[in-house]
Amino acid sequence: MDKVKIGTCWLDGCSGCHMSLLDLDEGIVGVLEKADIVFGPLVDAQEWPEGVDVALIEGAVSSQDDLELALTARERSKIVVALGDCAVTGNVPSMRNGIPTRKLLERVYVEGATEGRGVPTDGVPALLKLAEPLHSAIKVDVHVPGCPPKPDAILFVVGELLEGRMPDLGSKLRFG
Amino acid sequence: MTEKVKIRIDGEVLAATAGQTILEVARANDKYIPALCYMEGLSPVGACRLCMVEVSGVARLLPACTTPVQEGLAVNTSSPQLESYRKIAIELLFVERNHVCAVCVSSGHCELQTLAQDHGVTYVRYPYNFPRLTVDATHPRYVLDHNRCVLCSRCVRTCAEVEGAHVWDFAGRGIQTRLVSELQRPWGESTTCTSCGKCVQACPTGAMAEKGWGVEEMTKKRTVVSRLSSMREGQ
Repeated sequence: MDKVKIGTCWLDGCSGCHMSLLDLDEGIVGVLEKADIVFGPLVDAQEWPEGVDVALIEGAVSSQDDLELALTARERSKIVVALGDCAVTGNVPSMRNGIPTRKLLERVYVEGATEGRGVPTDGVPALLKLAEPLHSAIKVDVHVPGCPPKPDAILFVVGELLEGRMPDLGSKLRFG
Repeated sequence: MTEKVKIRIDGEVLAATAGQTILEVARANDKYIPALCYMEGLSPVGACRLCMVEVSGVARLLPACTTPVQEGLAVNTSSPQLESYRKIAIELLFVERNHVCAVCVSSGHCELQTLAQDHGVTYVRYPYNFPRLTVDATHPRYVLDHNRCVLCSRCVRTCAEVEGAHVWDFAGRGIQTRLVSELQRPWGESTTCTSCGKCVQACPTGAMAEKGWGVEEMTKKRTVVSRLSSMREGQ
């Protein structure tokens, strides 16, 4: 039987959810016996491949690049998991949402800068008006909150998905 | 005064006293009805709508915290419909303000967070409001963060009914409702606040906290207000 294909990506987040994923310790061996990680910060692939079974997406949708990657991942994956509070609620990235984008950038890159003042425009994606939860941009099948989600919650969710079941977090459900 | 009545909660016959509310009888008999704005020892207000129950013979749902019992009352505390309404109520509390558990002093000890987890709210189906709100840190010992306030009014009632100072009140209407101290004077400039801190202990979320605590560090003495109130009964 072909191995299940897992893709992971990290939008507007801190990488903490990916840290938690690595923190499965030996649990990851069991996962990798049944699955391959085919895309994400942990592997070399440059583009989200076709035919992914499970997409684990960390972070809020905050920039044009986030949005495009989320749309691509959705299009090319069977099951999308919003991994962590940023993807589920917007969390810390959404704390900027009360401030207009232009003012925010000027505060950071002009008022807050001591050298090289000026809002960067080259090589960085445009910020969206709001940093929003993943399900505001694409259809999400499973939500796993937590900041970060505990390794045992991630292992449980991935394990259930690998067995072809939709996970019910139950007592493992935890925000923050 | 102490007329005894019998009521049914989820089919079980329970002895109660006329004048008690459905929620009081349920709690006295270890029956779980979720509630956020209710606090033992304070007058109930029925603000959070989480304790809605089905009462036979009544077509609409009733809040358990403000509905007095009467002989023969039969209550149903859980059903798929009630559970779906409670989830909606919890989700709407989340979208109304900016509840960011990851940076909150009360994370892990928060009644709103616990309710969401207990009721299987894995995400919020409604668009977030993302309001721009202020933090009042003018008081030397305490801080009020409007981002985390659920307008349960436990602080308002604690200050008015237990401390007798009535520093807190609500201003504005609907989505614009805000907790205010002393006719919108900053908390630190209040002349009636006794700095007793009971409002902080009564607050179910991290909206009111003691200064000096980091994320997840603020635990609250939930029983203080109820205990003080019960000690004064009959006085």
